[in-house]
Amino acid sequence: MAITQQKTLAINGDEAVALAVKQSDVDVVAAYPITPQTIIVERFSEYVADGEVETEFVCTESEHSALTACLAASAMGARTFTASASAGLALMHEILYVTSGCRAPVVMAIVNRALSAPINIHCDHSDSMVERDSGWIQIYAENSQETYDSIIQAFRIAEHLKVLLPIMVCLDAFVLSHTLENVQVLADETVQKFVGLRDVPQVMGHEGREVPFKLDPSNPITMGPLDLYDYYFEHKRQQEEAMKVAPQIIQEVHEEFSQISGRKYGNGLIDAYHLEDADIATVCVGSTAGTTKTVVDRLRKEGVKAGLLRLRTFRPLPLTDIVKTMENVKAVAVMDRSNSFGGHGGPIYHEIRHSLYDSPTHPHVVNYIYGLGGRDMPPAIILNIYKDLQEILKTKRVKRDVQFAGVR
Amino acid sequence: MSRELKGWKDIPIAGVCWKPATEYLTGDWKTFKPIHDPEKCTKCLLCSLICPDSAIKWNQANEELMFDYDFCKGCGICANECPADAIKMVREGEG
Amino acid sequence: MTTTPWKFTAKEIVEKPELFTSGHRACAGCGPAIALRQIMKATRGPTIVTSATGCMEVVSTIYPYTAWKVPFIHTAFENVAANASGIEAALKVMKRKGRLEHENVDVIAFAGDGGTFDIGIQALSGAAERGHDFLYILYDNEAYMNTGIQRSGGTPHGASTTTSPAGRVIPGKPQYKKPIADIMVAHDIPYVATASISSWQDLLVKTRKGLEIEGPAFMHVFTPCPRGWRYDPSKTIEIARLGVETCIFPLWETIDGEYSLSPQSKILALKPERKKKVTEYLKMQRRFRHLFKPEFKHVIDEIQQMVDKRWNRLLKRCNMTQASQS
Ligand SMILES: Cc1ncc(C[n+]2csc(CCOP(=O)(O)OP(=O)(O)O)c2C)c(N)n1
Ligand code: SF4
Ligand code: SF4
Ligand code: SF4
Ligand SMILES: [Mg+2]
Repeated sequence: MAITQQKTLAINGDEAVALAVKQSDVDVVAAYPITPQTIIVERFSEYVADGEVETEFVCTESEHSALTACLAASAMGARTFTASASAGLALMHEILYVTSGCRAPVVMAIVNRALSAPINIHCDHSDSMVERDSGWIQIYAENSQETYDSIIQAFRIAEHLKVLLPIMVCLDAFVLSHTLENVQVLADETVQKFVGLRDVPQVMGHEGREVPFKLDPSNPITMGPLDLYDYYFEHKRQQEEAMKVAPQIIQEVHEEFSQISGRKYGNGLIDAYHLEDADIATVCVGSTAGTTKTVVDRLRKEGVKAGLLRLRTFRPLPLTDIVKTMENVKAVAVMDRSNSFGGHGGPIYHEIRHSLYDSPTHPHVVNYIYGLGGRDMPPAIILNIYKDLQEILKTKRVKRDVQFAGVR
Repeated sequence: MSRELKGWKDIPIAGVCWKPATEYLTGDWKTFKPIHDPEKCTKCLLCSLICPDSAIKWNQANEELMFDYDFCKGCGICANECPADAIKMVREGEG
Repeated sequence: MTTTPWKFTAKEIVEKPELFTSGHRACAGCGPAIALRQIMKATRGPTIVTSATGCMEVVSTIYPYTAWKVPFIHTAFENVAANASGIEAALKVMKRKGRLEHENVDVIAFAGDGGTFDIGIQALSGAAERGHDFLYILYDNEAYMNTGIQRSGGTPHGASTTTSPAGRVIPGKPQYKKPIADIMVAHDIPYVATASISSWQDLLVKTRKGLEIEGPAFMHVFTPCPRGWRYDPSKTIEIARLGVETCIFPLWETIDGEYSLSPQSKILALKPERKKKVTEYLKMQRRFRHLFKPEFKHVIDEIQQMVDKRWNRLLKRCNMTQASQS
């Protein structure tokens, strides 16, 4: 496959999402507006109004119904998409679990926004982080280009017959959703060919024969039954297995996509920046990685062996990749844009510390909660974090393991 | 009812059901059982229509009603509604 | 669209295959089970069924068993109308894209009173407003039975439930039943009907109408529950019939918003002397037993008054006036 012709468009992250969905031959889009995701729904409505898509667009009365409609349409064998943020995602909470439990490969864009109260429309990751255990794959994009690329890849990953899990593609509110960026876009045919038609596996039905895994009057199946203690656990075990298979599929799809687009984001799971020989490193997800890279560049110029690990895929957690790339790092600062109240640190911190527990170097791991409710994360604060790490390196002592960066 | 419990690799994904309910017999729930009197019966078929458990079958070939005691739960609705008084409920084991 | 001729004779119906089969685990004498069985007999071809959480979902799909011979999906309690919306949207787009094998597929969504009057009304209202082509069946057993007989917006005045118990001071549920079918009429959808398992033919005909009409159709089915209403299971149909005969649950339909009484209720409008007193209905059910104590007798009068008020309002809507009421 050769890298194909692409156009450069000056669009924001939300528009990039809408465009990727338009090009991916989606059957049903059901959504409900919420700032800062509204542009996605509005752009898509325009595509529908102008007859540019064949998609059935259902403008529901709530996010709960939006995800439900996607789930049910997905159970019909359709390709489905929705988008939300903050309160909208929280309202979907119940159905997130039902969607993954029904093995419905719904793709959803999450424009990361703080949760109420007090109400706040700006970026942090509280909304999607709280859903990390809901059985959805989670991909966090660094910029709008990656958002566009990830949405297209998401359909292939979610619908892969060995995976069949829903995916959230997360992008930071305003910083990405509302900020113009030059985005390279593929031709419609190229995307359509890449995503292909959705297929479903065969399953054993109640009539004693293998039937397609979808609601089909010619081959009736029953989905969503009452599952007691005799089998529920087995179904959850199956979901975990799908999560185990997912990293390989995410990497394969990412690799295949790079062949038509020329773009790669690390290995698809993690994006390591100057980690080969790094002594100190930070870990983050999302757009903060962009700023952090400039700080790393500056430190490198000063001769400091600094690095950055950006998790692109947070679920499934690329545990072995994390351990491997952090092999030589001696002090790690995890930057969390959400808090786990009373949990001693943010969710990413918990997981990185957990990942590195068995690492031979056994590095110091500290945590910085930052950027809640859209609070700025300027290079100076990031630089201070690296300074703290240098101090830890020198003294081999951690003064405070969990701190708040940028709070008064 | 004995059941072999399968492992997670051997069952369909997502909780798709793999047995028809007709393999689950509910007949042993009853304490009373309906006894049909073909003499009185006018074959109006009302009982068959209203049985919650589809336990009164109509045999098209010989035009006869058949009570399926494997599923009949003994609710007594058929007996209560039969316009010809052609169904009597008797205690299990006495009919 | 292919439609099979309506031949709802008893013989034709009993000879039709069961799409909701035996082996479900509803209690003996379950009213909702009768409704579902009959409704499925009125289908006209390929049909997909979706259900809210509740007794009927639970008893029909206890893993790994299923009582459904048609494609069936349950996802949650409050969202069955959204399930139907998604299914219908998928059918539409698949048809447009030439990926639908069948010329027409009907969609039936069902839920109990809890899943309809209360927690599911938002999704239902939204789906009705959007105009999806589906038939919504409300099987009304007048409480949350699956979780142990708690009150709902559909529980009638005075009924004792586990969250509106008949106490020393409060005699059962203080509020009246929400007029849910009228609320659906107010959505200006093409078809709304009430039906009772005591009139199987009427129930089947209305089901078929609801399926054939394009756009949202809503049917409120009266389905007594022996466990929750506390009566002998053999009386399920008898109580349903009394509900109609007392005008506690009148049978009617609206086509494009125009109300008309169905035969079993029309006869009561024409011959008011046949309209029974609510006590005949109440006394058969132990959920109303406390109302027959002297100190709570007034509740029975209240019930009668409300029934009469709503009945007269319905008669007006049907352009009928009660001749004279003794
Ligand atoms: C969001 C949510 N809240 C509560 C429940 C618990 N619940 C399950 S079924 C049910 C009551 C169902 O009542 P109804 O809709 O009347 O159906 P029935 O069981 O009476 O047939 C309740 C409260 C639930 N499953 N989901
Ligand atoms: S209801 Fe009675 S008369 Fe009618 S078919 Fe049944 S048994 Fe016979
Ligand atoms: S007793 Fe009830 S379950 Fe048994 S045949 Fe009669 S109606 Fe059906
Ligand atoms: S509790 Fe009532 S509605 Fe539920 S299965 Fe039993 S009889 Fe039917
Ligand atoms: Mg109920």
